Amino acid sequence: MKSFTVLEGVTAPMDRANVDTDLIIPKQFLKSIKRSGFGPYLFDEVRYLDRGEPGQDCTDRPLNPDFPLNQRRYQGARVLLARENFGCGSSREHAPWALEDYGIHCIIAPSFADIFYNNCFKNGILPIELDAAVVDRLFGELYASEGYSEGFILKVDLDKQTVITPAGEKIHFEVDEFRKHCLLNGLDDIALTLTSADAIRDFEKSWRQKSPWLFDAIR
Amino acid sequence: MSGQTLYDKLWHSHLVEERDDGTALLYIDRQLIHEVTSPQAFEGLRLHNRQPWRVDANFAVPDHNVPTEIHERSGGVAGITDPISRLQVQTLDDNCRDFEILEFQVNDVRQGIVHVVGPEQGVTLPGMTIVCGDSHTSTHGALGALAHGIGTSEVEHVMSTQCLVQQKMKNMLVRVDGQLQAGVTAKDVVLAIIGEIGTAGGTHHAIEFGGEVIRALSMEGRMTICNMAIEAGARVGLIGVDETTVEYVKGRPYAPTGQTWEQAVAAWNELHTDSDAHFDRVVELRGEDIEPQVTWGTSPEMVLPISGTIPNPASMGNVGKQAATERALHYMGLKAGMKITDIKLDTVFIGSCTNSRIEDLRAAATVVKGKKVAATVKRALVVPGSGKIKQQAEEEGLDKVFTAAGMEWREPGCSMCLAMNSDKLGDGEHCASTSNRNFEGRQGFGGRTHLVSPAMAAAAAVAGHFVDIRNW
Repeated sequence: MKSFTVLEGVTAPMDRANVDTDLIIPKQFLKSIKRSGFGPYLFDEVRYLDRGEPGQDCTDRPLNPDFPLNQRRYQGARVLLARENFGCGSSREHAPWALEDYGIHCIIAPSFADIFYNNCFKNGILPIELDAAVVDRLFGELYASEGYSEGFILKVDLDKQTVITPAGEKIHFEVDEFRKHCLLNGLDDIALTLTSADAIRDFEKSWRQKSPWLFDAIR
Repeated sequence: MSGQTLYDKLWHSHLVEERDDGTALLYIDRQLIHEVTSPQAFEGLRLHNRQPWRVDANFAVPDHNVPTEIHERSGGVAGITDPISRLQVQTLDDNCRDFEILEFQVNDVRQGIVHVVGPEQGVTLPGMTIVCGDSHTSTHGALGALAHGIGTSEVEHVMSTQCLVQQKMKNMLVRVDGQLQAGVTAKDVVLAIIGEIGTAGGTHHAIEFGGEVIRALSMEGRMTICNMAIEAGARVGLIGVDETTVEYVKGRPYAPTGQTWEQAVAAWNELHTDSDAHFDRVVELRGEDIEPQVTWGTSPEMVLPISGTIPNPASMGNVGKQAATERALHYMGLKAGMKITDIKLDTVFIGSCTNSRIEDLRAAATVVKGKKVAATVKRALVVPGSGKIKQQAEEEGLDKVFTAAGMEWREPGCSMCLAMNSDKLGDGEHCASTSNRNFEGRQGFGGRTHLVSPAMAAAAAVAGHFVDIRNW
């Protein structure tokens, strides 16, 4: 698993609530049997003016000039500032794969959908939940910073659980201990679970005795 | 000490170990697999030289990519025209063969949408923990199973360890008492619930659905309700086991038999919330108050009763809602103040893991029997949820009713619910759809989805615009 420690990067706005995973990566790209290469199709339907197809070379596709990630000041964005319920809808891990492949490693929003939130941690992406009022203020600061040659840069420190704004303000965020530990160290959580193999086998044995019908082989 | 909710009971019975950091290892009884979210998980297994922990806990079926037109379908996997889709379905076949996982392949009569096939075959049983790389896994909660969607990394995790690292969710009860009006269905109930609590209303919660209305529903109706729990933000939807549940499971191909059946039923009869259990949140609706529902926007919470009119963005409480409403109206090509019944349809889609079961097809057929699809409606698709449902519908003559009305009768699959195969909406087309998501582009680039019940979709097909099924 990829790790996340400290990130300092240009922040781009995704200023709408309920951004769903269909919007993050449309369904036609889910036909891939690979885990990589989704970055060029991130937000495909709002990022380009034409219809994207899997495998398509995106270099000459017409860009939507109104979409933030296409604007010069947000080039190389690594942090996404978003609104409520980001990542709702489908469980497709292609959504964080596309974000990560594009270069987005941190998303800040007032709230996230459960499955998406969990999927982020498996892919070296840190989703940060902040108060809606704080997020609103960050949007204001981001928009007000227009014209800054280097963009609106946020520094995110997972170990210290802080976001530092260009003005030097330190904003604390919460994250579960276990997820933090795995993400900081880039741990393979399957290997970690397998250290409990004996406990799993013990449980399985007693569960099988109690509920034998759950262990009837389906063939 | 207060009693336990159904969710509490399912959680505790599957607890392998609890850790100091607040997480727990939860045992998974069944993993359902389809072609879209599994290839990378199998690849991970191979990469790490791991074997599935318990092969026979897994079950696979291709559904998202499969063609639904008979001429393309009859050639099996090799006949799939789109080479990328073909490779994905072939990859599932190859992986299931290599790891010896039971799969119903594309032309097996038992093939269908994974969330339809699981319960239909008894692969889904009450009291199980069930996961699948698909958010509509919440469907299986209708049988009193703890079921939810997971990402591909967790698919690999469950294959490798038979467990998931989880945190306990909060408990939420949605109680619908009273009685439904004639023509009002499970779909309308769940859309009304989403309208009430919002698309993030159930986030961090397992929602249990209860009350007289839910109790009176068939298993098909209950599955429709739990299917859309995720559209209210809840990964898990649940309904307690009762006679309806047990009757439904009895005799299914993979259901227990004989003495084991008696033992299982005794255990299943405990699968309901204790009378003194505590819920973190309770929401109550009256069945009588629920009208047939139609979504007008680009989120399932943007829903109105059939008697409603399209909202004015200016009347929305906050700036964010105003902007969202404006954007939705622009995308949907609708104007504030317009009546829902004035929305004209180009396409009608009856299918998906929400509404493609026999009861849904019967309801739609009853409406269109002896009638014709309106000349202004370009296409009306009926896509059964499984080969077995297709077979049963044909035995009942429903296929003839649909085709006589000018509708297309298709092979089973996810089809136009997410348009991964060739069943897509055209740019700007309005569709009355029995599926679960009306997101931008969901049913095809620029497509405009209106979520409704099967009877409402069928009536809209005949009328060419939405009509109140209560007056049909």
